[in-house]
Amino acid sequence: MLTALSFYLLSAVAVAAAFMVVASRNPVHSVMYLILTFFSAAGLFILMGAEFLALLLVLVYVGAVAVLFLFVVMMLDVDFVELKQGFLSYLPIGAVVAIVLLLEMVLVGGAYVAGETQTVVERGQELSNLERFGAVLYTEYGGLFEAAGIVLLVAMIGAIVLTLREREGVRKQNAMDQMARTRKDGVELVDIEPGQGLG
Amino acid sequence: MADMMTILATGPFWGDLSPLVWFGLKFLQVLGFVLVLALLVAALVLADRKIWAAVQMRRGPNVVGAFGLLQTIADALKFFFKEIVVPAGSDKFLFILAPVLTLVMAFLAWAVVPVAPGWVMSDINIGILYILAISSLGVYGIIIGGWASNSKYPFMGALRSAAQMVSYEVSIGFIILTVIFVTGSMNLTEIVNYQSGGFFNWNMFRLNPVGEFGVWNLLLFPVMFYMGILFFISALAETNRPPFDLPEAESELVAGYQVEYSSTPFLMYFFGEYVNIMLLCSVMTVLFLGGWHAPLDVGFQFVPPILWFLLKTAFLFFMFAMVKAIVPRYRYDQLMRLGWKVFLPTSLVAVVFVSTIVVFIGDKI
Repeated sequence: MLTALSFYLLSAVAVAAAFMVVASRNPVHSVMYLILTFFSAAGLFILMGAEFLALLLVLVYVGAVAVLFLFVVMMLDVDFVELKQGFLSYLPIGAVVAIVLLLEMVLVGGAYVAGETQTVVERGQELSNLERFGAVLYTEYGGLFEAAGIVLLVAMIGAIVLTLREREGVRKQNAMDQMARTRKDGVELVDIEPGQGLG
Repeated sequence: MADMMTILATGPFWGDLSPLVWFGLKFLQVLGFVLVLALLVAALVLADRKIWAAVQMRRGPNVVGAFGLLQTIADALKFFFKEIVVPAGSDKFLFILAPVLTLVMAFLAWAVVPVAPGWVMSDINIGILYILAISSLGVYGIIIGGWASNSKYPFMGALRSAAQMVSYEVSIGFIILTVIFVTGSMNLTEIVNYQSGGFFNWNMFRLNPVGEFGVWNLLLFPVMFYMGILFFISALAETNRPPFDLPEAESELVAGYQVEYSSTPFLMYFFGEYVNIMLLCSVMTVLFLGGWHAPLDVGFQFVPPILWFLLKTAFLFFMFAMVKAIVPRYRYDQLMRLGWKVFLPTSLVAVVFVSTIVVFIGDKI
């Protein structure tokens, strides 16, 4: 009973928060609702016994991705009211995406009805979540896993290349030089005659 | 229900209870733990101020109660009775939510920390990952607080703090990975039990030539020792303690993200900060200093394990306080350089090194 209650509570919160992401007027509030959605989804994962995936969701999406979202939304002064002006012109393509998503979900649901071999089946508690996950990820899907790693590497290098700019005349500090400096290099004692100055 | 039970409750006693009784008892247990933590925080704040004062040859708080023992409680009461000032133009809901979030996240992570054999709220399999996930949420309290204040200095402090915490979390992740590789488990209780038998089995001082990995321990020792030191420094940065207290650098940002906070919300930030410090001290005790195990296995059986845990954690907190008293504040670019150009590469190399030894020499896959 408790599980069912938690499931309905978490799903309700997730759906309501997901709606508020779109409906909220303040972009920072939108990001907050997005975080709430992620959190509820993580809770749903825990109810399914996938605690590793749940924590990964919190760690990656809530702990890193949403922080970046929040940064961008706070720093860029985006006028969301103005962005929503063209809402109706995007409606057709948005509707198509929504319908495709809905059909895919129906497909997944249909597969569950069709047979248990098509969907996730719990294998019992003898192996921990993490071990089961690793055993599949690094054996059957090892190639795909490494491909994902290469894609991320390329994306990282791309981001660095895009933001790296060499400007003329910028003075940079070299930490090694700074640490190697001694009193002898930096300080000079000069005896100044009265009325003479240094010049 | 069965799934949840196995995740949340282990052991014969908890598993046999009916859900409602289970919930009630667990609730009381959590309440008691939080109360103990709160009292410890009061003691820690005083200890922090006393140590700081001693280094500077002052007396520190010594008026309220004997030796100033009640100073923290008096301060807390003062905060409770002040008025909450909400700045004009601020986001009221988020303004109040932010300190609450900080405090809740600070307490949440304690759920998986084992303080003595069997003394743990929930002994989950991926305890370390849980702590990482929760501590990565701590940054929200600061960003939201800084933004909701609708003021310049808090916002600057919040941005700094977010960048700092995200940077150091990366190296903390790698450091924890080396411990996971060596011990072969993500369960904190198992990690502690792996280090039993004496201080030469602790992850920071792997000097046991007859233990697991044999003589190779001597090669592993310098790396793990270095990882322990890196973890300590990263913990300083993660909790915004000096010398990394740039988010609240008073010479530049007045008080950073908490400029606009007064009364109870300020107290919550303050409280959450110290609970976090305590958490990172005890996580370091668990990961690197053998948790509740005595430094030598002979002659110390009469000392209860919890005492060893408290002793080690208190020692680490003493180090935190000493660093605060001794080391000057870092500049922001130095902080970033240290995080990304020193800690990250070296801990990454250590991960490769440790995993190589574990797989090819320890034969532990």
